[in-house]
Amino acid sequence: MIPELGQFALILALFVVLALTTLPLLGAQSGNQLLMLTGRSLATGFFVLIVIAFLCLVYAFVNDDFSVAYVSSNSNSLLPVYFKISAVWGGHEGSLLLWVLMLAGWTLAIAMFSKSLPLDMQARVLSVMGFVGLGFLLFMIFTSNPFERILPLAPQEGSDLNPLLQDIGLIIHPPVLYMGYVGFSATFAFAIAALMAGRLDSAWARWSRPWANMAWGFLTVGIALGSWWAYYELGWGGWWFWDPVENASFLPWLVGTALIHSLAVTEKRGMFKSWTILLAIFTFSLSLLGTFLVRSGVLTSVHAFANDPERGVFILVFLLLVVGGSLTLYALRAPVVKSMPGFSWLSRETLLLGNNILLTITMITVLLGTLYPLIADALGWGKISVGPPYFNFFFLPLMGVLCMLMALGPLANWKRTTGMHMVQWLWRPWVVSMVIGLVVPYLYNDEYSWLAALSVFIGSWILTSLVADIRHKVRNSSSIGAGLRRLTLSYHAMIIAHAGIAVTLLGVTLTSIYNEQRDVRMAVNEPLVIEDFEFVLQEVRRVEGPNYIADEAVIRVTESGKPVPDMKPQKRRYLAGGNIMTEVALEVGFFRDLYVAMGEPLDDGAWAMRVHFKPFVRWIWLGALMMAFGATLAVADKRYRKKQVASAEAVSSPADIEPGVAR
Amino acid sequence: MHPVRKQRLIIVLFIVVFSSLAIGLMAYALRENINLFYPPSKIAAGEVPQNTRIRAGGCVKPGSVSRASDSLLVSFVITDGGADVPVTYSGILPDLFAEGEAAVVNGMINDAGVFEATEVLAKHDENYVPPEVAEAMKDKGEHQASCKGMTYDS
Repeated sequence: MIPELGQFALILALFVVLALTTLPLLGAQSGNQLLMLTGRSLATGFFVLIVIAFLCLVYAFVNDDFSVAYVSSNSNSLLPVYFKISAVWGGHEGSLLLWVLMLAGWTLAIAMFSKSLPLDMQARVLSVMGFVGLGFLLFMIFTSNPFERILPLAPQEGSDLNPLLQDIGLIIHPPVLYMGYVGFSATFAFAIAALMAGRLDSAWARWSRPWANMAWGFLTVGIALGSWWAYYELGWGGWWFWDPVENASFLPWLVGTALIHSLAVTEKRGMFKSWTILLAIFTFSLSLLGTFLVRSGVLTSVHAFANDPERGVFILVFLLLVVGGSLTLYALRAPVVKSMPGFSWLSRETLLLGNNILLTITMITVLLGTLYPLIADALGWGKISVGPPYFNFFFLPLMGVLCMLMALGPLANWKRTTGMHMVQWLWRPWVVSMVIGLVVPYLYNDEYSWLAALSVFIGSWILTSLVADIRHKVRNSSSIGAGLRRLTLSYHAMIIAHAGIAVTLLGVTLTSIYNEQRDVRMAVNEPLVIEDFEFVLQEVRRVEGPNYIADEAVIRVTESGKPVPDMKPQKRRYLAGGNIMTEVALEVGFFRDLYVAMGEPLDDGAWAMRVHFKPFVRWIWLGALMMAFGATLAVADKRYRKKQVASAEAVSSPADIEPGVAR
Repeated sequence: MHPVRKQRLIIVLFIVVFSSLAIGLMAYALRENINLFYPPSKIAAGEVPQNTRIRAGGCVKPGSVSRASDSLLVSFVITDGGADVPVTYSGILPDLFAEGEAAVVNGMINDAGVFEATEVLAKHDENYVPPEVAEAMKDKGEHQASCKGMTYDS
């Protein structure tokens, strides 16, 4: 009964969304206020109905209703209840429902927080959100219905959630990632609405900026969570594999990063408008592509597409509609919104343009590497795979240049900056980071690594130039504290996010360079020494969990003779599917992680073990958290909360330029 | 020329030069870094270049897995029903690696015709057969595209 209620709610939601797509838009085109005002209530209805559908599915999972096909293939009565709930988004159908739930949430948020928007703009934005929801609901109801029953012969037991997904990381990773993906639908909706209305002014950029920042923050955390999960759950000790699934989430992040910077230029200087619109369209299209790539099964084989032609065709048509439709609209309308106040070669605009170009090129290389095997397979060129060397070949140098430029951006003035000033501000950070870069690898390790020197240099170059920028901005204040308080919240946000990039960069490079990995045969009481650490296997014992049995190794670890807590990796066998899983043991630290994973049993009670020493690996995710925190802080900036609608010419009025940026 | 136009021209030229450079580099890097998949029968027939990184896959022949007693060296045989290829690997095998199951290996063929694997993959699902392997076996006339229903001669 409850699943049918969910089904009913979904169908009802479809009609509500149909109305949401058409009515407010019609109202906006014809100037009918009443129709425009329907947007808010329809958005609320959409949200409520999807929440009901979602709760129905949760109910089916919690109560082990295996007559629902989706439940029976993704759950099991032995699962702990929190995994039963997270199993709701463990498969294709449920994750689509989660996606739509997020979309409904963002739509409602737009309806609630955009009261300061002109009514027609708000109506158009809500209609575009409705259109996206319409596509997803149609897809779900006709091709991937989560409430489909297996009747009359319902199975007694479910076939279990994939053990890899039975983990806290996977409970939170998909929702956060989807918040990011779906969040970009908001900027997309703003962009399309602006194109339709023909008003692409800085007010428009100001409205969509907080949404873009918010979505970007979520996406950043989502990707970081995925990487963290892969690190401790897959048992290989890696945190990024350039796997198509990871790339799928990274593509929108790259363009999204370009977008939030381009939006800054559009808001502050009224430039790059068409470009910003394009980026908003691409970011969302790539979010869609990412969702479908991961969930439709095309990645394992193009033939999965052929096995299920309905889904495949629907996805292609929807993507085509979104991309093609919005690009057509762009082609028709973009000339209207052209802008061209000039800027000189050395200016913040140029640097941000550089940022955009570099990020876009990076995105294209990653996109090509991700899709190339699919294209080759579809065209019958043979089965191929594109390895990490391809991605690293482009990604590392491009990001290196980007990070070098990143230090200049905040210091440069809008419109024009003199080279002399830049040199005057930056020679100290340059020298300091040179020294740090050269000295740190020497102190850190016996073997000098020039690569480490280069990355420490770039990392400290970003950090020291940020410090130089802050010092420059507060130079006229009575004290540093007073000066810092005078700077805007979004300036602080920028500093934190940029520092986050530096931290992630240091984490990524130093882990890769100084990481030590040993695959060894470990027998009881035979010590293994890595750096200052000694690992001794004490025993391997049998332990039982709620739905698995496991072999657990107890390993005593000492650091230069001093004891570190014992490490206890496990090899689990899940009862329902008979799946075997490696549970990694971690000893976490700010400067280093120790990582032990069990391989397989060898003769004489010895085990194959994978032991890693991973310096600075936490910095990767710490940096990501800083970036996301920065993005959130930027949203809280008070200029977004101004009640009155700023006029299109607001950019040129000096009062509007924040003190942190004015020189 | 009008300075604004000149600036635009320079920008356009810059973009054209830069992007063609990027595309050229991409094509080059793709060519260097793709790994082609070969089924065991092609490898056994000598159709595969030596000392080039390739991907191979098939079913792990039951009874063929043997480990060295003092190191992590392991050897096994993969087959697609048509031909066998011996594989050596040093390291930890993935959880789902088992005799009679599908596996994909990355590495090179050495002069002796042995596949020296640097990576062994077995997907995390007991019913899953890598599509390349399934297809290779269909070509060999096996009725089922999985390792379960396979007949192993010898």
